[in-house]
Amino acid sequence: MASTAHRPPRTAVRRRSPTAPPRSFRWIRRIFLTALTGFVLLPVYVMLSSSLKPLEDVSGTFHWLPSELTIRPYLDIWRTVPLARYFTNSLIVAGSATLCSVLIAIFAAYAVSRYRFRGKRVFTLTVLSTQMFPGILFLLPLFLIYVNIGNSTGVALYGSRGGLILTYLTFSLPFSIWMLAGYFASVPRELDEAAYVDGCGPLGALFRVVVPAALPGIVAVAVYAFMTAWGEVLFASVMTNDTTRTLSVGLQGYATQNDVYWNQVMAASLVVSVPVVAGFLLLQRYLVAGLTAGAVK
Amino acid sequence: MRILRAATVTATVTALAAAASGCGGGTSPGGGGSNDSPKTLTYWASNQGPNVEADKKILGPELKKFERRTGIKVKLEVIPWPDLLNRILAATTSGQGPDVLNIGNTWSASLQATGALLPWDKRNLDEIGGRDRFVAPALGATGAAGKDPAAVPLYSLTYALYYNKQMFKEAGISEPPATWDELVADGKKISKDGTWGLGAEGGQLTNNIHQAFALGKQHGADFFDAAGKPTFTSDGAVAAVKQYVDFMAKDQIIAPGNAEYGQNQSLRDFAKGRTAMVLWQAAATTFAADGMKPDDWGVVPVPVPSGTPGTGRQINSMLAGINIAVFKNTHNLDGARKFVKFMTSDAEQKLLNKTYGSVPPVKAAQQDPAFNRQDTKVLRETLTRSAAPLPQVADEAQFETSVGTAIKDLFADAAAGHPVTTESVRARLTKAEQQMAK
Amino acid sequence: MTTTTTTAREQAPPGRGGRPGGKAPATRRRVLLPARLRRAGLPYLLLLPALLLELLVHLVPMVIGIVMSFKELTQLTIGNWDAAPWKALGNYRVTVDLDAPVGAALLHSFLVTCAFSVLAVGLCWLIGTAAAIFLQDNFRGRGLLRALFLTPYALPIYAAVITWAFMFQRDNGLVNHVLHDQLHLTDGRPFWLLGDNSFVALLVVAVWKTWPFAFLVVTAALQSIPKDLYEAAALDGAGLVRQIRRITLPSLRPVNQVLVLVLFLWTFNDFNTPYVLFGKAAPEAADLLSLHIYQSSFVTWNFGTGSAMSVLLLLFLLVVTAGYLLATSRGRKHADG
Repeated sequence: MASTAHRPPRTAVRRRSPTAPPRSFRWIRRIFLTALTGFVLLPVYVMLSSSLKPLEDVSGTFHWLPSELTIRPYLDIWRTVPLARYFTNSLIVAGSATLCSVLIAIFAAYAVSRYRFRGKRVFTLTVLSTQMFPGILFLLPLFLIYVNIGNSTGVALYGSRGGLILTYLTFSLPFSIWMLAGYFASVPRELDEAAYVDGCGPLGALFRVVVPAALPGIVAVAVYAFMTAWGEVLFASVMTNDTTRTLSVGLQGYATQNDVYWNQVMAASLVVSVPVVAGFLLLQRYLVAGLTAGAVK
Repeated sequence: MRILRAATVTATVTALAAAASGCGGGTSPGGGGSNDSPKTLTYWASNQGPNVEADKKILGPELKKFERRTGIKVKLEVIPWPDLLNRILAATTSGQGPDVLNIGNTWSASLQATGALLPWDKRNLDEIGGRDRFVAPALGATGAAGKDPAAVPLYSLTYALYYNKQMFKEAGISEPPATWDELVADGKKISKDGTWGLGAEGGQLTNNIHQAFALGKQHGADFFDAAGKPTFTSDGAVAAVKQYVDFMAKDQIIAPGNAEYGQNQSLRDFAKGRTAMVLWQAAATTFAADGMKPDDWGVVPVPVPSGTPGTGRQINSMLAGINIAVFKNTHNLDGARKFVKFMTSDAEQKLLNKTYGSVPPVKAAQQDPAFNRQDTKVLRETLTRSAAPLPQVADEAQFETSVGTAIKDLFADAAAGHPVTTESVRARLTKAEQQMAK
Repeated sequence: MTTTTTTAREQAPPGRGGRPGGKAPATRRRVLLPARLRRAGLPYLLLLPALLLELLVHLVPMVIGIVMSFKELTQLTIGNWDAAPWKALGNYRVTVDLDAPVGAALLHSFLVTCAFSVLAVGLCWLIGTAAAIFLQDNFRGRGLLRALFLTPYALPIYAAVITWAFMFQRDNGLVNHVLHDQLHLTDGRPFWLLGDNSFVALLVVAVWKTWPFAFLVVTAALQSIPKDLYEAAALDGAGLVRQIRRITLPSLRPVNQVLVLVLFLWTFNDFNTPYVLFGKAAPEAADLLSLHIYQSSFVTWNFGTGSAMSVLLLLFLLVVTAGYLLATSRGRKHADG
């Protein structure tokens, strides 16, 4: 499926381009890519087909095709769990976290890539090292800090979306800063200088010249930040309540005390996945481009 | 130079940390709540109905009723089971929690130890009508012995044996089993051609504990001694666990697939006629939801060695249930007490327990004919006659995790065809007991 | 933020080296001291939001976590945790005592996690790199495949893992249907979420979920390798395997250095996958550290011991990372400076 349909004779390949792959390579490629596609798509197929099955089908032996097609699971999911509300919460939380994270990362990355200052190494090392903190170690302390901030200032962080936004945006910061710093470094300094000549200050240069030039990198970082916030389970389960619960935790509601509604679980999973996957795939070009100049340097 | 700088950073961070946490945890020791906000209450309800939304529909009108009577507005949050303990933990640590909350009655002693719950001393109990309104076993599951209860029973449940009448008839069995020997014999008659005698939830730690506990009582074993030290490896405990796992390993009346059941799949198997018996708390509504008619199943007490349930070695069920507790840091102490009084009133007890299929722990409410149906009658009689609460020790959660996991692993062994022997059971339980040691 | 932007812009002297980088000649600096001082402060100002957030969410909580690891924190003391009794190294002594069950279980979990991480990172890297190299040439359907391959990474973790959990069900899952009912490869229906197979199940899910990230990064890295390198090699008669060994892999080295490290840290600390797959109690064969610690602290309310375990985990990761960076960057030190 992967390679071209017509297969020119070997000599023709040689003549056409010196780098064209030999036939054996193309066969290996075909087999590998087909197998990999199967591996990747299998769960997606299960998700889709099971979501269209009646409950009997998913509680008995697995079958590739539904005994009858039904859209009932898609109607039921909204009643079993307040999915719409969880969805909105997730959207707000992940969206805001992404926005803030990217903005803050832009500032920090600009400082790291354009200036020499004392403590730069300490800063970058510290920030990167937070990647290895086990979440479980600071879950309870962070929770206590939020509660104490709430008690002393009245700013409710625990149980609110704000607290979750703050937490998630910090999760994606280290990687974002590191990646953007790399990307910014690849933007020629002459562009900054030109902006100064035009009368911009450092921040003017950042937003008028560097940011537009680094757009693919910024998109890549944004996607990463969004995904991080969208899927997190551990912190969300402790820090949210009924009104602020996010999807990743809320989806567990389909496995209730009485039963697992596999078809509903699959339908709901699909519903929450479609927008993210669609957005992700639309932006994937930027992602590759962003990484090419950023992280890869 | 760099080391010096790093040290400075560390010092700053430490100072900030101290500042941030300076005011410390929440629960003021010995403090007893206040009446700062007499017009509102927050209530955390556990998920009792089919789903969270259903619970809100059921409780909503009752809370309105309470508001009309007292002028206190109740903010309801229904918390799914997987989150409940973590949320209570968060509330306990921070002192920021609800005013009134539901807890699983097996957690009573654990949560009592945190000191976050209001003790129900005589004065508090009198305000809701006194001890005597409740059946004694239910009160036994409200905290450690010799201490004031940490909570008040709200919904009670016990185990019963549900059986499929049609499958029994087809196998030529006229009477449902009253002893374990009969159950095994009947189960063997039924277990063939893809149908099985008994269902189990091998992957569900709490269910494993419940079954092992009742069997343990019949072998004269408690899982803790009087001083609260674990005794998981006593001969009785080992025999009890082995007896339960042997239903799959030796008697082969439980389908091996049940070893990974953890979300009540065994109930659907029962409703679909794949298994003939299941030991469960209150399954009527689930059966109905899966399309099984009430006439198709029967219910009898869980078997005991003698055939007649009673106390001591004839105990045939752990006492399950939900307790209602008041958070010590409440800002509406009077309102919270009023609310507990309302929820344990005869009328509400009848109505809510009827809706949820549980049995009221309040004696007067049990007189309602709804608790005299084929299933509720058995549950109610078991509750008053032959049920015992799980050990009320502070380490209960660890007990459930360690022993529950041991049984889960034994089921996995049995399902995979590995032999389950007294030695292998004892080895697993020894490991579980060691995990309890501090 | 907006105020910062405008003030900073006013301060910067137009046209005169705003001093980005160290390259502009220093003699041009003809500005008054306060402005210079403010400009010297600019990078710090830019870093401030990031720094504050890192302090609030990562660093301070971690310090508190370390403090907790020296305390006795059970349900008896958690209500007023800063008054909880000190235990000095007691928690650590329990966790590293390998003869006692707690320590032995921790060691077991640690070894499982190590094996899991090494295998998962290796497989992710291998599949990701292979896929990226195979998709390097332009052929019909390449764009589609690239999009497809990124899907697992784009799926919300819960949705993806719960689907796998469904597929691994013994009686009604796809895996056993294929292996047993259709291919007749197994005698009975094996369990995938119980017993020793659970390690395989966990590995499959983790690899499925993570390899696209490796694929993405390597794809990006491949695009920055100049095409003429390959052409020159081909003209010299170098075969494909040689091209990959001589050009592709060496060019990927700096990327791999970071990629492997990041993958390792993520898999090692992964909580979401085992939690969704197995619930609160994972089977022994798949008892990853993060879940093990969660069980030791949150499920049984023993936060002192749990924190001590986390601190040990953190120390281990620090040592590994430092060692790894030292070992891998020795060769390229002169380039980095």
